[in-house]
Amino acid sequence: MRKPQTIVNKIWNKHVVHEEKGKPDLLYIDLHLVHEVTSPQAFEGLRLNKRKVRRPDLTYATMDHNVPTKNRDVVKDEIANKQMETLRKNCEENGITLADMYHPDQGIVHVIGPQLGLTQPGKTIVCGDSHTSTHGAFGALAFGIGTSEVEHVLATQTIWQERPKTLNVKVEGELGPGVTAKDLILAIIAKFGVRFGTGYVIEYTGDAIRKLTMEERMTVCNMSIEAGARAGLISPDEKTVEFLKGREYVPTGEAFDNLAKGWLELATDEGAVYDQTVTIYAEEIEPQVSWGTNPGMCVPVSGSTPVLNEVQYKEDVQRALEYMGLEENQPITSIEIDHVFIGSCTNSRLSDLKKAAAIVEGKKVKPSVRAIVVPGSFSVKFQAEKAGIDTIFKQAGFEWREAGCSMCLAMNDDFVPPGSRCASTSNRNFEGRQGNGARTHLVSPEMAAAAAIEGHFVDVRRFTGVLN
Amino acid sequence: MEAIQKHTGLVYPLNRTNVDTDQIIPKQFLKRIERTGFGQFLFYHWRFDDEGKKRPDFALNKAEYNDASILIAGENFGCGSSREHAPWALLDYGFRVVIAPSFADIFYNNALKNGIIPIQMDKQQVGQWIQQAVESKFTLEIDLEGQQIIDTKNNEEVHFDIPAYHKEKLLNGWDEIALTLQLENEIAAYEQA
Ligand code: SF4
Repeated sequence: MRKPQTIVNKIWNKHVVHEEKGKPDLLYIDLHLVHEVTSPQAFEGLRLNKRKVRRPDLTYATMDHNVPTKNRDVVKDEIANKQMETLRKNCEENGITLADMYHPDQGIVHVIGPQLGLTQPGKTIVCGDSHTSTHGAFGALAFGIGTSEVEHVLATQTIWQERPKTLNVKVEGELGPGVTAKDLILAIIAKFGVRFGTGYVIEYTGDAIRKLTMEERMTVCNMSIEAGARAGLISPDEKTVEFLKGREYVPTGEAFDNLAKGWLELATDEGAVYDQTVTIYAEEIEPQVSWGTNPGMCVPVSGSTPVLNEVQYKEDVQRALEYMGLEENQPITSIEIDHVFIGSCTNSRLSDLKKAAAIVEGKKVKPSVRAIVVPGSFSVKFQAEKAGIDTIFKQAGFEWREAGCSMCLAMNDDFVPPGSRCASTSNRNFEGRQGNGARTHLVSPEMAAAAAIEGHFVDVRRFTGVLN
Repeated sequence: MEAIQKHTGLVYPLNRTNVDTDQIIPKQFLKRIERTGFGQFLFYHWRFDDEGKKRPDFALNKAEYNDASILIAGENFGCGSSREHAPWALLDYGFRVVIAPSFADIFYNNALKNGIIPIQMDKQQVGQWIQQAVESKFTLEIDLEGQQIIDTKNNEEVHFDIPAYHKEKLLNGWDEIALTLQLENEIAAYEQA
């Protein structure tokens, strides 16, 4: 009988173009996603060397990082404008499909890939963006690359990669009511640290993962990079097939049935061996709130900031507390916020917005809080509006925006002012990430919504009466 | 990229762990469409205050580190965003070598593509060198070919590991795309299969 294999090895073996002892493998890339910020220098490199884009048909571009979300027609920033203009020109010259700012398929690159069905199980997917790991939710091997690698993939449709080690993150049991996929991934990173995945591809397994919806799986895989892993994936199952059926770039009829059969066969075989396995129990997880300046600095909402004498990296913790304007041993629920951001490739899909809307429905955002919702794509926005979700948010006092990365990294006009505090559904709480001097707390959409109403962090389960 | 065989330089110690690429180069400087000119923005918010004035307490601003070209830092250097602007900024500022107990994968690769030598070294040794460089001007000599770091002051030599293929590329300053394109037949064969 054939030796049981992990999904990572199955995908890898199918994509090796060239192998040589003592060298990385040359891997073929099935889908290359491109955005405006990390690509201009790559196209310029091609031009200087008189090279062409090898497979424009396997390349897909959008604009997301820089785009204005208030009024599309006003790009105040000349340099940002130039960057978008450059992408337009590069795509046109090279015959690459571009969903630009006004295109109905526009959105955050990691939201539109799955939405369009470009993302499929078994594909190798790269993008000049570290959250490319998101696409792993579909059982694709997807990872972020630098601009030199973007240029390499444009020119050759391949990339040199060392066969990664595999790390099985097993999530047993089932998440409790009010506890989300975001809480799960934050708890995993808090427990095992921001570098435990370095050098590995994570495969998330276990009952709790199987029970997640596809959108929830994307939230989990999205933050794999925050654990140091370039890629994180989940073996495809019937939910994966069901999600992709009928999407724009997915074949139909018999072709689809054959494809789907192949997808299901990719799942990790019973008895396959990983280089490492860690286990976490879903029942033990509470809603999470980050208190510090990396995503591992995170505690349950019932907890407090660390006590300096009890931590390993005391200087780092002290610096983080100072930056965040927090005391040691301060209860999380005592932290008052000024901003709420619901958006980003982690939590800006329709289900995220629906769940947050359910929390704020009929209530009002605390007057001292400025709250914004930024849908992940034009399509998400459109569907949300059809369902009346925008009205719920607006009536509660939220701003309702156009799709883009927005306040996740604050490259456009949406930022958190110095010293202000934001409950954010994004993935990074680094110093200055949401604006110079901004203080970011990572939370789920439900927790962000509840914080907007109360003006400070609350356990959303108490807020909704799940717990009393 | 520029080939690099040997490098002797002044050490700048950055005693912080998990230095993310958002700190190395903040996002407001990612809008350029060139690869050059990023050095002025390196560690921007650590080096400059809100009015753009140099922060005197940030060591890199001190005159004694003006010529630093070797950066030594704590674990997980370069984590976070994939932005290659991070190594571009380091290089443009004058850094050719980064030494740390561990690196984030994407940063490690991005550094190599730009002729920066990322050297992984055990925590204790890194701690020692950081200490030395904090106390007084401290120079190290990197011999990439021999995979040695030479501390002339203390007359010590320390071996470092680097995968052979990375080393070869750095030593020769090879254009990786040109090398890959020599495998055109294999790529085409794969596409037809
Ligand atoms: S939403 Fe944030 S993390 Fe996601 S791609 Fe955009 S900037 Fe990156």
